[in-house]
Amino acid sequence: MKKFFTEKKSGASSNRKKNREFAVITYLFVGLFLILIGYFAYFQIYKSEDFINSPYNTRQETFAEHVVRGNILSADGKVLAQTLVGEDGSETRYYPYGGMFAHAVGYDSNGRAGIESFGNFTLLRSHAFFLEQVINGIKGQKNQGDNIVTTLNYGLQETAYQALGDRRGAIVALEPSTGKIVAMVSKPDFDPNAVATEWESIISDTEGENSVLVNRATQGLYPPGSTFKILTTLEYLRENPNYQQYSYECIGSIPINKTEIHCYNNAVHGTESLEASFAKSCNTSYANIGLGLNRKAFSGLCSELLFGKNLPVPYASNQSSFVLDTKSDADQVAQTAIGQGETLVTPMHMAMITAAIANGGNLMRPYVIDHTENYKGVTVQNYRASEYGSLLGADEAAKLQEFMSLVVREGTASALNGQPYQAAGKTGSAEFSNIKGESHAWFTGYASMEGKETLAVTVIVENGGAGSTTAVPIAKQLFDRYFTSGS
Amino acid sequence: MVHLFTELSKYTMIILFALYTYQCFSALKRNVEAERQAGKFRRQVLYLYLFHLNAYCVLFLATKNVEMIKFYLAQAVFFAAVQGCYALFYRRASRLVVNNMCMLMCIGFVMLTRLSYEFAVKQFVIAAVSVAITLLIPYFISRWRFLRSLTWVYALLGITLLGVVAVLGAVSHGAKLSFSVAGVTVQPSEFIKIIFVFFVASMFYESTEFIHVVKATVVAGLHVVILVLSKDLGAALIFFIAYMVMLYVATGKLYYFAGGMLCGAAASVVAYFLFHHVRVRVVAWQDPLAVFANEGNQVSNSLFAIGTGGWFGMGLNQGMPYKIPEVKQDFIFSSISEELGGIFAVCLLLVCGSCFLMFLNIAMQIKDLFYKLVALGLGTIYGFQIFLSVGGDIKCIPSTGVTLPLVSYGGSSLLSTLIIFSIIQGLYLMRERESTEQAQRQKAGRKPGRSRRKVRRIQRGEELVQDALLEREPEAGAVGRRPARKRKVAESSARNPAQEREAKGDSGRNFAQERGFAGGSSRNPAWNGGFSGDLEQRLVEEALQDNILYGAEGRPVRDSSQRGMEGRPVRDSSQRGMEGSTLQDVSLHGMEERLVQEALRDGKEMAPRRERRGRRP
Repeated sequence: MKKFFTEKKSGASSNRKKNREFAVITYLFVGLFLILIGYFAYFQIYKSEDFINSPYNTRQETFAEHVVRGNILSADGKVLAQTLVGEDGSETRYYPYGGMFAHAVGYDSNGRAGIESFGNFTLLRSHAFFLEQVINGIKGQKNQGDNIVTTLNYGLQETAYQALGDRRGAIVALEPSTGKIVAMVSKPDFDPNAVATEWESIISDTEGENSVLVNRATQGLYPPGSTFKILTTLEYLRENPNYQQYSYECIGSIPINKTEIHCYNNAVHGTESLEASFAKSCNTSYANIGLGLNRKAFSGLCSELLFGKNLPVPYASNQSSFVLDTKSDADQVAQTAIGQGETLVTPMHMAMITAAIANGGNLMRPYVIDHTENYKGVTVQNYRASEYGSLLGADEAAKLQEFMSLVVREGTASALNGQPYQAAGKTGSAEFSNIKGESHAWFTGYASMEGKETLAVTVIVENGGAGSTTAVPIAKQLFDRYFTSGS
Repeated sequence: MVHLFTELSKYTMIILFALYTYQCFSALKRNVEAERQAGKFRRQVLYLYLFHLNAYCVLFLATKNVEMIKFYLAQAVFFAAVQGCYALFYRRASRLVVNNMCMLMCIGFVMLTRLSYEFAVKQFVIAAVSVAITLLIPYFISRWRFLRSLTWVYALLGITLLGVVAVLGAVSHGAKLSFSVAGVTVQPSEFIKIIFVFFVASMFYESTEFIHVVKATVVAGLHVVILVLSKDLGAALIFFIAYMVMLYVATGKLYYFAGGMLCGAAASVVAYFLFHHVRVRVVAWQDPLAVFANEGNQVSNSLFAIGTGGWFGMGLNQGMPYKIPEVKQDFIFSSISEELGGIFAVCLLLVCGSCFLMFLNIAMQIKDLFYKLVALGLGTIYGFQIFLSVGGDIKCIPSTGVTLPLVSYGGSSLLSTLIIFSIIQGLYLMRERESTEQAQRQKAGRKPGRSRRKVRRIQRGEELVQDALLEREPEAGAVGRRPARKRKVAESSARNPAQEREAKGDSGRNFAQERGFAGGSSRNPAWNGGFSGDLEQRLVEEALQDNILYGAEGRPVRDSSQRGMEGRPVRDSSQRGMEGSTLQDVSLHGMEERLVQEALRDGKEMAPRRERRGRRP
């Protein structure tokens, strides 16, 4: 090439007059061609995965003709999904733990979900030693696909799965410093082994309240209840630098317009500071706070904290919603401030907010594929933790950490007090119907211990009653398992 | 076994095409003997046939369709016929361009057969007819001198046809691009772009004065605006770029080019806000997956294809290129990348690139400004169309719905590209003929009496000056190793006059060597012609040659800047050989006495040395 151009310069001295122009045009177009080739290479190397793994890409199906789908493994090496090849070459996808990983791992027939869906391309590619692949080609045998090693912790998943028992709900456990999804359970669950054979009965269930295929952890939209007071508090902190002087006399209820807001179980909290209001989850105090907040700023804060936005998670997810504007009446404002109103949130979203607080305001993108390896265990690709961005300031995160730790020490989550680990969090009892006393039980919080990664946990039990009595003990089981049993 | 064969063929086809591509660029090298150069082209043809055979074996095994074998044989015969016709009628045509033309069509046939057998057959028939028609073009293009005087006919024809299409044409895919005549759908913009190039070339051939440039710009702008209005964004861009490039080269004014580009960029922004169909393309380009259901569908599918195919491809018949809407026309590159592999696709780009370089190279060597601009304009159209087509397919730029020349399905596109290739071949032949005629004139010796008269006018001292300058030129640093080869040619012709024609013919095909001559072609005939050893006569003939070539040819001289080096000091030997640099000029412009003396001295020293060289066995 180089030779060609140098030649060009000398070659046409008879046309020297036009030579410079020709050189400019030639270099210009050579540049365009190099841009094309460069972009093509860039796409193949860096961008192609995004497109290949897109669920819209139906081309993946053709890979299955030449590759045996790889396994999905837990972080501690347990096989969560594998393909059994029969004598006659028939293939069956087998999930040894049945419903325990149903939503996290997903299924691979009658459509796809979970890791089986977004990890599909990896599972159908083989990085087996190439000579082996050639030999397989000659013999007409399939190659063994690559394995996906997840961030899922088997022990924690098992605990979460059993803790929820037969109740509906969801549990998400994240590692705040990396964004690893350590456990994710949604109930009611289904047996992925039966998806192929009992599809009709499984989907006929989705219309009712069961909706087993819905991953409640990322798709379930719930009123946040008192857990939303984290956001109300944050807004109050931003608007009132002298928040320490806040004081409120709780008499158990507060009249707003024609309605009244009561504290949970009609408790009367008496005179209390902001910290105490938060720790005791005082509804009347927070309704009072809400009425004084700048609605536009509050709405902006929620938007910053990913309300009304697509969550950066690999799983199919729904957007949380927050409805408050200058036209909202006082009743709605007060209801919104205590996490009722029209606000809806997914458990994963709540876990991400909690993780961001625990991580000094920075949100790490949740991810579940730790690395991929060929069937012999040789690593093919490592997936690194990536930062989504800062959801709140470090000083704000520090203040909220203090507030949430008070909830454990003196407030509604005192069941977590006095453990070998230091826990912090917020409970919630979210009313979802007009029937008094029926509420979803929430807990969202984190715990840390010397020598262990901090763990953020969000628990919701549908119709579980009070967060402190139903959700907190479940969270405690998870923390106990994570920090003390070594798994 | 079929799968294994397909898998292995994946690699063999990549290797064959990579070898072919390598020869494309290797053939651009200088200093290669004619025999070796011809060998390279023969090897290219071999790779072409092997690739073709390999591809159709895979296709046959996959479909088990016996028709496939007949179709394959028909194509093989077709390629042989194209090669044969050029070898027979246009012995000195650029073999590289012929080979690339066949190779690109071959890839197109293979991919179209894989996508749809019926369409491939249709395309093949169109190709055969088109090649038969366009075979005549190289003969006529340089002989029809009137082509340069039809300026306003081109303009009228172009604008009228584009206007008619815009108003009446059928709506195809949201853009009014084509209309049907007697069952044949024609896309006029494909042909108008050629007419447009002729318009611009004849316009600038007449003059490049400001008023003239304004006129040309107005007409060119009209073309572009009509195309934008009829939603043919790709064609509009191609016309625009072709005009800017031709304007720049014709005037040599960079600020025209830069200014035009800025205006173009501004117009694009305006078009973005004005036209919905422009916004749609940009939206699809920014994030195709986000708008997968509608705008982004095509680009997303294209990227699925390219990404899933990876560097080595899925193998013929193993992918799903048919998932891409309009894959046969606009997205053929993606399907090639998917099934034949990313490496193959890059090679394809390189082959197209080598074609483009060849076109520009030919344009650069032509001395007639009209043909020079025609070759440049057509080359630009070809090159830019590839950029638009491939760039849109790989999401490097927003998709403009442009075909990949010679590869994509579509009769209008195929025929118009073949016309472009044929015109370029014709211009290449014209240059070849020029140098041959020079050689023949040399052989015939001094035939017209006029030359003898001129000879007498020339002072011996001046001849020697000329000679001295000639000898010194290599030392000026600009020309490199040229004398060595010239000597070789001279030797061969001196030894055996019968071999001479062949040597000349082959070196003519060897365009790299040809380029060497282009620099100082005024002198070549002297070396090629009978080497009599009569220095005086040879010098006189050289001088005449300069006069005939540059005095008589070129375009009508209108402004002083175009008059070449008249009035420049002769001392600058590197400027010799420019337009108007005749021996008369040298004598008329009254060089300094000192120069003459110096040259005389040099000349005396040089002359014997050169004789010795010439006689060396």
